[in-house]
Amino acid sequence: MSRLTIPKTYKLYIGGKFPRSESGRVYEVATRGGDFLANAAKASRKDARDAVVAARSAVSGWAGTSGYNRGQVLYRIAELLEGRSAQFVAEIMRVEGASESAAVAQVDKAIDRWVWYAGWSDKYAQVTGSSNPVAGPYFNLSVPEPTGVVAIVAPQGEGSLLGFVGAVAPALVAGNTVIVLASERYPLSAISLSEVLATSDVPGGVVNILTGSPAEITPWLASHADVNALDLVGAGALEWVDLQIAAAETLKRVLPPEEGPDAAAPSLDRIAAFTETKTVWHTKGLL
Amino acid sequence: MTFLNYAPAPESTAILDLRPSYGLFIDGAFVDGHGAPLTTISPATEKPIAEIATADAHDVDLAVAAARRAYDTTWSRMSGADRGKYLFRIARLVQERARELAVAESLDNGKPIKETRDVDVPLVAAWFFYYAGWADKLDYAGLGPSPRSLGVAAQVIPWNFPLLMLAWKIAPALAAGNTVVLKSAESTPLTALLFAEILQQAELPDGVVNILSGAGDTGSLLVNHDDVDKVAFTGSTKVGREIARSTAGTGKKLTLELGGKGANIVFDDAPIDQAIEGIVTGIFFNQGQVCCAGSRLLVQENVHDEVVERLKERLRTLRVGDPLDKNTDVGAINSAAQLKRITELSAVGEDEGADRWSPECALPDAGFWFAPTIFTNVSTSHRIARDEIFGPVLSVLTFRTPDEAITKANNSPYGLSAGIWTDKGSRILAVADKLRAGVVWANTFNRFDPASPFGGYKESGYGREGGRHGLAAYLAPSRADATVRSTVPAVARTQAEPMAAPEPVVETTNEDTK
Repeated sequence: MSRLTIPKTYKLYIGGKFPRSESGRVYEVATRGGDFLANAAKASRKDARDAVVAARSAVSGWAGTSGYNRGQVLYRIAELLEGRSAQFVAEIMRVEGASESAAVAQVDKAIDRWVWYAGWSDKYAQVTGSSNPVAGPYFNLSVPEPTGVVAIVAPQGEGSLLGFVGAVAPALVAGNTVIVLASERYPLSAISLSEVLATSDVPGGVVNILTGSPAEITPWLASHADVNALDLVGAGALEWVDLQIAAAETLKRVLPPEEGPDAAAPSLDRIAAFTETKTVWHTKGLL
Repeated sequence: MTFLNYAPAPESTAILDLRPSYGLFIDGAFVDGHGAPLTTISPATEKPIAEIATADAHDVDLAVAAARRAYDTTWSRMSGADRGKYLFRIARLVQERARELAVAESLDNGKPIKETRDVDVPLVAAWFFYYAGWADKLDYAGLGPSPRSLGVAAQVIPWNFPLLMLAWKIAPALAAGNTVVLKSAESTPLTALLFAEILQQAELPDGVVNILSGAGDTGSLLVNHDDVDKVAFTGSTKVGREIARSTAGTGKKLTLELGGKGANIVFDDAPIDQAIEGIVTGIFFNQGQVCCAGSRLLVQENVHDEVVERLKERLRTLRVGDPLDKNTDVGAINSAAQLKRITELSAVGEDEGADRWSPECALPDAGFWFAPTIFTNVSTSHRIARDEIFGPVLSVLTFRTPDEAITKANNSPYGLSAGIWTDKGSRILAVADKLRAGVVWANTFNRFDPASPFGGYKESGYGREGGRHGLAAYLAPSRADATVRSTVPAVARTQAEPMAAPEPVVETTNEDTK
């Protein structure tokens, strides 16, 4: 007689904790074939606002770490992912209907992408900053700093783990904190990743993950005055122009939707997009 | 006669050879405009200077078409080296005609000739000279090999630094290989039109730069034109927000340089003589009509009385008057509308309980004038501590610890500029790290240089002007541009709301932030 399995309750990830949606709502996640897999939490507006509070309170700590430290924290996520890759492979096969080899390839690529971005954290400032030869007795330096709180609509299609990592990792490199709306149809990788994050060295609140309906939740984040930037990479199927218009109210930095397998492709631009350049003029001549 | 009474030393306007009226500059020639013409006046005397044609929708179409044609047939095909040579020519012509431009700018804007002569116009030449050298070195701009120009750039500039803002916009755009349609500010169209004459002298190919005059509705038509690839705007946060809305979903690359409420922080160990001069430069330079003005003075509590006393002493020596007089420190306010705004906000400051002080100074009868003003006893909730006044009005607040100074400085939706005055180098570095502002001046204020990126955090806008960063605002990586544009469905353009009610596109119409 075979053993009865213990199904997992899939919850939100806010401020380093795993709450259910305050609304008590869930939605069904199904296999490719349409069979019931899990009830995922269906985040509400209140959950989104709680996530913004958590993300905001985590900014100064995360942004204040050294690039070296952030790089090690991000690298450790890759280590933990590697150790739990079988779980992600199994989930991707069940939810996305991927073959085992395709699922393994996706997980491997996602791990490698964490590693790639982890290495940038103590380098991007050298590449995107500058020392400026001004015509006067000043030492003039431009450095990139994190924009603050970034709301991300993760890519919604297959390749859900890789898309999630490709959207989230670059925003973390510079020291931003994020609120991510996971793939609505394929949320399991994101939720399992939150379990990895919770046991890694990423401080609570740096990454906040919401499952549910991006169409319902994103407008609240786009118009939230304490969100500094909006990455619409996975929002192609939403009314994303309206989201961008809402984001204009507080002049959020906005990245547009991307489609296809190259969405959220690894690039320094994705890191730089959520940084602000600060120029400091130091006076040389007070002798 | 005290030592403060100087004999007048007015700069002669004989160097100007102004025409009674100016057209629009489209496709290399001055042409008639179809909007209602405006009369530009001297804000110091309210006397008319010239009649200026303005652009209607048809004229905007013609200008954008000319820019597109020039982009397709000439400018995008020209070598970077040759583009650079045109920019070098422009830089030299600006230097040659520097005095004339300085006089015209003072006349039209109301700012002291001392500033136009020593700051505005030299920086204009420097800006073109700097970006000229970039034109054949775009591979090193940080966007990978062979970055692409964007196409036609729509640029809308404010009235506070008319010619300098034009240079900040046009020089990097042309160096990167774009063509330009620029709209000058309604109240300061003159020097942009003199600049158009310089372009003719430089034999810049027709249509590469087109210059339109007009009010906010002309600017709105321009930035919302379908055939524009890039929008660059300097002005109020309110208008910037409208542009961000109306360009949403169009794929137009947008840079916004908006309002500010800069904190100038003075610690108790600051070199006091320099700090007093820096405070004055921070808020009375260009009558305080500067987006990055140090309009909030944060003084450490134990030196507050001394700093305020010495500041008052210094303000008593500022000479307010004829902008064309070489002795003048503080000129005229740019327009009646701006004077009204400064007057109203200052009245609010008194009503809310802050203490107002101005030195005794005789203001001319005609023209728009406002005496340098200090408010003490200001708290962070006062409107004069939160709203951009955009005039010669300083709000003085106090702090006890560096943490409090940083918290107060960052307590604003804006994040453009900040100043730090202290003798302690390690404190400068630590405080500068924590200020959420795009430009931080340590033991100086209001310095600008074409090599130095300038721009805001938060609601002060996005994108940078100056340096390599400023060039990147007009370029796309060679591979990515096509994909980014193709992700924008054609329907998206029609979904974007048009700008609701056209606002005057000037620095000061940010009613929403009061």
